[in-house]
Amino acid sequence: MTNVTMTINGKAVSGEVEGNTLLSSFLRDDQRLTGTHIGCDTSQCGACLVHVNGRAVKSCTMFAAEADGAEVATIEGQANADGSLNVIQQAFQDHHGLQCGFCTPGMVMTTAALLKDNPKPTEAEVRAYLEGNICRCTGYHNIVKAIMAASGQDVSAIAAE
Amino acid sequence: MPKDSGIGAATLRREDVRFLTGKGQYSDDINLFGQVAAVFARSTVANGKINSIDTTTAAAMPGVLAIFTGEDFAEVGGNPAGWLINSRDGTPMHEPKRPVLAHGKVRHVGDAYAAVIAETAEQAQNAVEAIEADIEELPAVVNMKDALSGSNFVHDEIGTNQCFDWGWIEDNRAATDAAIKGAHHVTTLELVNNRLVPNAMEPRCSMAQYNSATDEYVLHTTSQNPHLTRLLISAFVLGIPENKLTVIAPDVGGGFGSKIYHYGEEALVLAAAKKLGRPVKWTANRTEAFLTDAHGRDHVTKIELALDAEGNFLAFRTETMANVGAYLSNFSTATPTFLHGTLMAGNYTVPNVYVNVKAVFTNTAPVDAYRGAGRPEATYSLERVIDKAARELGMDPIALRRKNFVKPDQYPFASAAGLEYDSGNYDALMDKMEEVADLAGFAARRKESEAKGLLRGFGVNAYIEACGIAPSNLVGVLGSRVGLYDAATVRVNATGNLSVMVGAHSHGQGHETAFPQVVAEMLGIDASVIDIVHGDTSKIPFGMGTYGSRSLAVCGSAVVRATEKIINKAKKIAAHMLEASDADIELKEGVFSVAGTDRSVSFGEVALKAYIPHDFPLEDIEPGLEETAFYDPANFTYPSGAYCCEVELDPETGKVRVDRFAAVDDFGNVINPMIVTGQVHGGLGQGIGQALLENTTYDENGQLLSASYMDYTMPRADDLPFYAVDHSQGNPCTHNPLGVKGCGEAGAIGSPPTIVNAVIDAMQSGGKNVTHIDMPVTPHRVWSAMQNV
Amino acid sequence: MYAFDIERPETIAEAVAALGGEAQALGGGQTLIPTLKARLASPDKLVSLSSISEMQGIRLEGRDLWIGGATVHADVANDGTYAALSDLAAHIGDPAVRNRGTIGGSIANNDPAACYPAAALGSGATIVTNTREIAADDFFQGMFDTALNEEEIITAVKFPIPEVANYQKFVQPASRFALVGVFVAKYADGVRVAVTGASNEGVHRWSAAEDALSSNFSAGALDGLSVPSGNMIADLHGSPDYRAHLVKVMTGRAVAQAS
Repeated sequence: MTNVTMTINGKAVSGEVEGNTLLSSFLRDDQRLTGTHIGCDTSQCGACLVHVNGRAVKSCTMFAAEADGAEVATIEGQANADGSLNVIQQAFQDHHGLQCGFCTPGMVMTTAALLKDNPKPTEAEVRAYLEGNICRCTGYHNIVKAIMAASGQDVSAIAAE
Repeated sequence: MPKDSGIGAATLRREDVRFLTGKGQYSDDINLFGQVAAVFARSTVANGKINSIDTTTAAAMPGVLAIFTGEDFAEVGGNPAGWLINSRDGTPMHEPKRPVLAHGKVRHVGDAYAAVIAETAEQAQNAVEAIEADIEELPAVVNMKDALSGSNFVHDEIGTNQCFDWGWIEDNRAATDAAIKGAHHVTTLELVNNRLVPNAMEPRCSMAQYNSATDEYVLHTTSQNPHLTRLLISAFVLGIPENKLTVIAPDVGGGFGSKIYHYGEEALVLAAAKKLGRPVKWTANRTEAFLTDAHGRDHVTKIELALDAEGNFLAFRTETMANVGAYLSNFSTATPTFLHGTLMAGNYTVPNVYVNVKAVFTNTAPVDAYRGAGRPEATYSLERVIDKAARELGMDPIALRRKNFVKPDQYPFASAAGLEYDSGNYDALMDKMEEVADLAGFAARRKESEAKGLLRGFGVNAYIEACGIAPSNLVGVLGSRVGLYDAATVRVNATGNLSVMVGAHSHGQGHETAFPQVVAEMLGIDASVIDIVHGDTSKIPFGMGTYGSRSLAVCGSAVVRATEKIINKAKKIAAHMLEASDADIELKEGVFSVAGTDRSVSFGEVALKAYIPHDFPLEDIEPGLEETAFYDPANFTYPSGAYCCEVELDPETGKVRVDRFAAVDDFGNVINPMIVTGQVHGGLGQGIGQALLENTTYDENGQLLSASYMDYTMPRADDLPFYAVDHSQGNPCTHNPLGVKGCGEAGAIGSPPTIVNAVIDAMQSGGKNVTHIDMPVTPHRVWSAMQNV
Repeated sequence: MYAFDIERPETIAEAVAALGGEAQALGGGQTLIPTLKARLASPDKLVSLSSISEMQGIRLEGRDLWIGGATVHADVANDGTYAALSDLAAHIGDPAVRNRGTIGGSIANNDPAACYPAAALGSGATIVTNTREIAADDFFQGMFDTALNEEEIITAVKFPIPEVANYQKFVQPASRFALVGVFVAKYADGVRVAVTGASNEGVHRWSAAEDALSSNFSAGALDGLSVPSGNMIADLHGSPDYRAHLVKVMTGRAVAQAS
């Protein structure tokens, strides 16, 4: 067991972890931040995506010990200070960019990372950036639309409700 | 009525807020004091005789609390099939026992033969590896043809791998044969409907608690229908009385069919919780999901279409082998039969249809209903053979379909496959599709593609499905062992807000938003004061769950019926309050008034009165305002649609890209168009995935080669286009109170043949006379097909 | 996962000292961690290389581009000094994988479908370890096999920057690794062509194409060539013939797009 200390959503936390404790396990089991989900074993589905020191990372493919001293951001810290949905979250609701909700935290965190690097992505750029986030419900149409809307682009020409 | 929350409003989903902020509560997010972990020992061979299982070493390992093997469940029941199918000769299907844990034999890779309960999952996993299982590997039965012809049986006691040999409709057989024999032209096609893994993003998870003081169990589980799970566990598997077992399906991360069924892991954690007196949780990893979730499709089919000289369809004749895997999952026998054979007349006036389905046991994971369930298989066979016929006859594929469509004045229409279609207008759908898809611009787009060295193909499809399953009396005749109604309770609380308990479970479908829209419309109040309660057998009268595009058509109708009862009683209360006759009370915009007067009471005042009945005439009116209804439909509903797409094909690599997709559907009335559109999108993603990307491959030894996302191609954002979706051509269902037909499966049903037809068209346009290619249409397959002509 | 300890040394020397026995070096972990989760490896200790600052960064050293072994794909992708290499890095895995996966980890693993080995071999790169420098031609020794010794760490990779280069990846649709990837680089003294994803030998050079392209750097120069399929990989996603065909197609496209 080693002690790790990190900042999660702006709050300093510490805990005892084993060498093989994944960051995702630390978040879900120790910190009870269960918005970070586990959907696969091979680092492909992206449901576990969080930010570590400002970068998008799959928390199921990083050890908690490696996050010692890091700034971690999860879905639980994304809403506005007053608890209202942030721009990305609101765009996902406005454009029906989620159904069962399981991949959604990863999608929101990925979007935040994308828009930081690329504030006005094209459709192709959005789709390419989502390579590591699998959704089984939406066929991606409304996710892509929501992300483009969140970036401030006019999506009214994109088909349907 | 507030226009932003009643029927027809694109109300934003209220459930989104918790999902977007990480506050959803999926099964694995719930942890209980004293909870321990279950991990399963699973077969690594497809067929094996269990000689012995020695758990001595494993039992002594750190943290281990208990180990179960098949022996522990030898005396309890098996997990049954929900439909009894009789063969053509009248004999009933074969139903081998499906035990909680494999006993005597393991029958597919992933078949669980033991389970370890330990303080932590890691300790349990360590102990699983220390179990000494002497399992003698036997030759596996994998291929369906081999299974039917060979003498190696998945279940020795049956002495055959054929579960049943079903004919539909047997009385039509001779006429169909004769029509084909005498036809001007017969088009024949052999095809494979590829096996799929549902891949809900949330892996299955089950957690059981037991209270020895009350002998009560609580099971949290990833289920699309908690009541059905409870019923199966109570009546068939463990015999726990229903009143002692609560099944809770909290937030569920997608199902697509795979979470309809009861699985052995649920029974195991219940038994373990009782034995240990501690909560026991099992969470699947993705590999377990691939190995043990019920798979979908897996048909091998020969279809013939007979036509006269003018292109009129004379007959469809189909022979299908349907893989059911190693055990019969709950709906596995209904899916290739009544959800498939009955649809084999499609949207057409064809007079003769005959379908033969042989269900085959193999040493593979069980196969059951997956989004569309039988209807995608029917549509794919029909719409591929029609396309091939059009090409053989030199006819336009749209014109050939239109020539044979059921016409609007023919409803109700008795199809040659035994269903009565209640409403539709297939020509109108096709007209709208041609407009939405800009068919006129195709030639120019093809030129642009060719200038880039790419081939462009156009594919079209028409489909009909039978949803809203279904009338209990009809499915009972057809072999169903359950009724297919649904239930709802509407509870008006004293302070005027409502809780609506529904049997349908929402795991992405947006019931929490859409169902209140229905109640709000009927009561004339704002939907925001209405909450839906679902997924907990202790709170809900009963329910048959969510599958087969049935939630709104069946459970929504139950909500309507219960709300009608509420209105009737509320009018009585209002009449009493207003000193008028019940018959004179009108409800409008949430206000009860005496017709022709200005005397009125609000809905809220009536609700309060119901619970403070100081002056009630108790012989006429009971206190309280709560009503329950069970709704059993009169018929299936029949959504239909016209789909088309354009693909670009790179002849150098065989890579196919979907450039445009248009889906025009008749869903009848639409409650929330935003949600309906989203459902179509999702179906399209899965249907295009089946057509282009997804395949489940076992090798000849029964090893699953596509057992992770490294080899099973999940559709990703850059595999798919924006879709043009339209549902403006609705013809209301004639027999349910909402006029709704169901929308969840349409996209997955209509899209696979559309894509394959387009790929054939693209190859043909490049001078390659390829007439058929099996799904998934991978680059390798396309390239190979083009090399070989 | 089996139990193990994890160490996070801050210098190469500390890392080397920590290795030995059943210890294993941990780069970004994007391959190793899924392997550990499947219990396909059982180290007693992981030595994380991600905190070693002397293994980080990208800089020009003469005509070579020096990339620290612990540099993540995203940083290489964003660098742009060697455009074809940055473009290759920008298409490894997905954005989150690129934020963790390292060049040293990828090259040390030598997955037969990985992208970086094609760039290293195609560029005639030098693999720098804590003990020596190894030419790429000597480093890659077949699928998952390299010239690295136990306890040897890739501390950097040095890429000679070519006149023009390009990498073309035809993806295996599920994993998005290369079903076939071809890296073409034109130097003053000739053209190098490295192929990944295709062969049971792992990453390898296509010498016939190098000869043809060295005298005529155009896609047309490949016309008369054929790629033998004898040693190509057969799997769910492609036959040997298909892979051999793709090698030629991807090589032609790489030449046409080289810049």
